[in-house]
This record gives sequence, C-alpha cells and structure tokens, in this order.
Amino acid sequence: MIKAEHISKSYVSAGHAPVKALDDVSFSVSDGELFGLIGPDGSGKTTMFRILVTLILADKGVASVNGMDVVKDYEKIRNSVGYMPGRFSVYQDLTVNENINFFASLFGVDKEESMPLIEDIYGSLRPFGNRLAGALSGGMKQKLALCCALIHKPDVLFLDEPTTGVDPVSRKEFWQMLRNLRSNGITIMVSTPYMDEADMCDKIALMQKGMILALDTTENLISQMGNQVWGVSGNNMYKLLCDVRSYRGTLRCYPFGNSHHVFFNSQEPDISDFGNYLWGCGNENVKIERLEPCIEDCYLYITDGRRI
Amino acid sequence: MGMKKFISLVGKENRHILRDRWTMAILLIMPVVQILLFGFAISTKIRNIRVEIITEKRSEALNRFVSKLDANDYFIFKGYLNESSDIDSEFRKDKADMILHIKGNLDNMSGDPLQNIEVIADASNPSMAASEQLYSLKLIRSFFDRGMKKAGKKGGIHVKFLYNPQLDSAYNFVPGIMGLILMMICAMMTSISIVKEKETGTMELLLVSPTTPLNLILAKMVPYFMISCINLATIMLLSVYLLGVPVSGSLIWLCVVSVLYIFLALAIGLLVSTVMDSQLSAMLLSVAGLILPTILLSGMVFPIENSPAILQWLSCLVPARWYISAVRKLMIEGLSVRFAIMEISVLAGMALVVVSISLKNFKNRLA
Repeated sequence: MIKAEHISKSYVSAGHAPVKALDDVSFSVSDGELFGLIGPDGSGKTTMFRILVTLILADKGVASVNGMDVVKDYEKIRNSVGYMPGRFSVYQDLTVNENINFFASLFGVDKEESMPLIEDIYGSLRPFGNRLAGALSGGMKQKLALCCALIHKPDVLFLDEPTTGVDPVSRKEFWQMLRNLRSNGITIMVSTPYMDEADMCDKIALMQKGMILALDTTENLISQMGNQVWGVSGNNMYKLLCDVRSYRGTLRCYPFGNSHHVFFNSQEPDISDFGNYLWGCGNENVKIERLEPCIEDCYLYITDGRRI
Repeated sequence: MGMKKFISLVGKENRHILRDRWTMAILLIMPVVQILLFGFAISTKIRNIRVEIITEKRSEALNRFVSKLDANDYFIFKGYLNESSDIDSEFRKDKADMILHIKGNLDNMSGDPLQNIEVIADASNPSMAASEQLYSLKLIRSFFDRGMKKAGKKGGIHVKFLYNPQLDSAYNFVPGIMGLILMMICAMMTSISIVKEKETGTMELLLVSPTTPLNLILAKMVPYFMISCINLATIMLLSVYLLGVPVSGSLIWLCVVSVLYIFLALAIGLLVSTVMDSQLSAMLLSVAGLILPTILLSGMVFPIENSPAILQWLSCLVPARWYISAVRKLMIEGLSVRFAIMEISVLAGMALVVVSISLKNFKNRLA
C-alpha cells in the first residue's frame, strides 16, 4: 500500500526562481495494484518516485509505503522496496551475472531463492550471462535492471519510466512481465510518458506541471469524459484544423495522427450541419466518423492540448 | 550490515578497477616511470662543467691542480686563457661554463691561496651557477688543504655535506614522488569513482538498499588503499636498489607515516566527491586543488623556505609538505621517530578533520 498526501516539492537553484515540481499531490495505491503515473517529461513523475523511495524529502505533505513513513522509517523502506531509476542504472562494466550477484549479496539474499520470481524475465537474459551490461540492447538492459530490482523479492516495486528508449515489441513484452509480477501479489508503481501504456495499468494518475489532473481506472476516466470523440480528415489538414476550430459547435479539436479529434459542445451534435460547414469553407474529401475514445483523448481533453 | 555484504561491495569495486585495464596499468606503472624520469633524465646534478683557467704563470702546482680538476667527474678542463682575454666573449660563445682566475704563482703562495683565486661562473642559470661554484670551491679547498697541512698552515671555512654527500637530487625527489603519487591515486581516483556512481545513477540504487554510506565509502577505499601500498613498495624498492637512496631510519615508522598519509589522501578524495557532482569537475578539483599544490608547495621542487611568507603559510595546509618532511627525516636523515612527531601529529589531525567533515557532508539522500 502506497499513500501520498498533499505532497509538494520545489527545486531551488541560485539565481533562478524556484521550480515547483510537485504541487499538492495526493493518491493511494492498494496492495497488489499496478498503478501508472502518466504524463509528459517534466510533469513531476521522477520527483514523486524519489520522494517515495526516500531519496529526496518533500517540502510538504506525508507519504508512506506499506505503512512505513518515507522520512522516519527510511531505512526500513530502503531495505524492502524494489526501485528502478529512470536512467539505466546497473553497472555497465560488470557482466549480467555479476550485476545480479552483486545486488543479491547487497540485499543479503540467495539468488536461487528469488529465481522463481524472476525466471520469467531472467530467462531471456540467460544466454548473455557473461556479457557486459553496457553491451546489451535497450530492452535487455531494462530486463536486467528489473531483475536486479526484484532480486530481494520486494512487496512494492517502483519503476520510473522503464520503457523509455525501448522498442515497441520489447515495451509490450515488458508490460506483460509487469502484469505477471502483479499477479504474484507485488504492488507496482510505474511511470511512463506513453499514453498507450495506460491501458495496461489497473489505475492511472494523469499528471501535468506537478499536479494530478485525473485519477481513476482507464475505463472510468474515459467514460467520465462524457463527450463523444469524432475523427475528421481531409485533403488540407491544416486548413481543416482551423476550420473545425472556428465551427460554433466545436468544443475542442486536436491533431491526432492521421485525423483531427473533435469534441463538440453538445452530446448529440448535428453532424450534417458540421459537414456542410466544412464543405462550405472549401475543404475537400472530408471524412467524419465517430471514434472509440482512448486515454490520450482523455488527456488532451483534460489539459486542453497544452503539453507544457 | 554483515561482513559478507561489505566483501561483495569491495569485490564490485575491484572488478571496476581490474576491468579498466588501461587505468590500472597507468596506476601501477606511473611510479616506475616517475622514478626513472626523475632519477635519470631530470637530474639536477651537474656534470661536465667546462672550465677555463686564466693565469699569469704556469707552475708545477698548477699542472697538478689541472690534472686533478680534469680527472674529476664534474669538470672538464678546456684550456688556458691569457690575462688579457675577453672573459665575456668566452661565455657568450658558450666555450666555458666557469672560468678560474688564478693570480700569482701557485707554487709559493703566501697566506690563504683562496684569496688569490677568483671563480667566475655563468649565472644565466642561477641554480647551475650555484652548484658549479660549490663544487669548484670544494675541489680547490681539498687540493690546497693537503698542501697547507704540509706547510703547517690552517685552512679557512670547511664545507661538508651530510646525509647526501654527492648532493644527489634523488634524495630530494624520492620523498616528493611518494607524496605526489599517493595523493594522486588515493584522492583523485577515490573521488572520481564515487562521483561516477552519482553520474551514472547507480548511487540511487546503492542508497535504496540496506547498505550504509559508511560501508559504501570504506568499500571504495579498500582497493585504492591496496594499490597505494603496492606503489609505495615499488617506489621504495626502486629508490633503494636502483637509485641507491638508503632507508637510513626505521622502515616500520616510514610505513606507518605513509599509511597515515594514504588514509588522509583517501579522506580528501571522499571530501572532493561530496562536493562535486561530475567526474570531470572532480578530476579538475583534484588536479588544481591537490596535485599542483603538492608539486609546488610541498618543497618537492622549490624549497619552501625561499617562498614568500604567505605561500609558506599556505604550504602548511598541503599534506604532502608534512609527509615529505617526515619521510626526509625518517628515510634520508635516519632520525628517530621523535623528530617527526610534529609531522605525524599534523597529518593525523588533518585526517581527523577531513574524515569528520566528509562523513558529515556525505548525503544520505540525493541533492
């Protein structure tokens, strides 16, 4: 169980105005839950992780991990949690096996005892046991880091952007591993800048500028959005974007891959009037279709498209 | 924290060092190269001083003097000049390093013969000129001493060089190199290896683990301590057996002082690592703040006694100054440890201060 209440943190550097990294953030993660912090770079995800794993102190607020306070019981937390920092942080000049053995002895555990837990992940690393960690591919590196973080069988696992810089296939594989770990009863808190990974979490917090904008399961967040999402495409996409935004019934419209996603003011928009308007503006080949909203629509809707 | 965890930390540090073969090789070969360089190439000992003699009259005694001069390792006799010759042009044409002006007849000189001999040296290189003058005076003195003893006369001031009769520069730089190499390896390498963990992010992992900062630091120090001991042994063996510098005093106390100095240097490296966040800045601070003062202010190259007062005070802060002074006393002069109490206590005091500051400074968290 992870609990954060009203956490604030600012970074002060000489000659600059203080930067607010976290602003009154509260959330809780139940035992055995896979919890995702989703947000762009600079939204405060890493700061939140560092506060929870006792690496930095919050300016305000209290937080606890499995009932242990992050300030008072920091030694207990350090002994018991698994942590994988944002950067690839295992020893590049040691081999795969040396890294695993080192972290096992650092935590005073027998590597073989933890094997059933990490077998799934370690299996694909085994052929490279004597290779230097620095010579592994991005996905393999993250698997090694995960093995090292799991070697002492932690109850709670903190993973800061584990899939950043990893190819799409390895990312999928990695998330599957996390879901397997969760079914072993491990509470996992993970952060990612990729919206499409939100679906893999039990519960997510959408973050921006150090604040949590929304906190719920993916399905709830999408259904709470209420408004329907429509996709619009045409020959001149830029002109189309401007015209959609100038339509009186449009609430929000964002470029989204091959089409523009549009939210209307009303629940039942008059699509034929909308189509006529766009046609009247001189747009050609206009295609309008109703879409199944995803979590990225939800994020764009909430933040009104402002990324920073 | 069990012994097993500590050993695994030390083992990891050893692997880092052993795997970086070039750094390891440099660390082990550097003392050998420095000893060889200072011992043979960069010798401050002067040989083959070219001497010309101005005299009014050649005498039997003068001939004996010249043959003695020429037979000496330090001098080469280049020939006689006339009273009227231009001394200046001899130096300008680089025909001689030193000219002896002998007035009167050496065979029947009354009074102190030295009063009738003028030593003229090219002082464009002052330290060379000073040594040339010293050597020639010594030679002249010993030549005339014998003659005067026969005649029942007493000589003037007698110069005698103790501990280093040949004025061999090895006696001076061996303690200096010990001070320099140990500071370089211990302070610079320890600080870099700790800062490297910060830079690559592995410090985060080590902090979020059951290990304590104290264990972490000690484990970092152990391998460099061992390399330093190997270097110490290398330098001592080379200087005793290759350069012929004797260990006149107690070897045990010499080792005790060296271990104390190594410990202090390790602690300084730790202090540097608590202040700096990148390997580059740690290295720059070590070079500018530790190694340059060790070379310039420790008495290794320039005698501290000749520096301005402010630099003399500053030099008191340089650990190498005290270490080199202690090594000179214990190794070269062969004094008993009583005479190095001052140096030992200063080094111990510095170690205590640096260790407590850096342990206090070592952050249990990030930033």
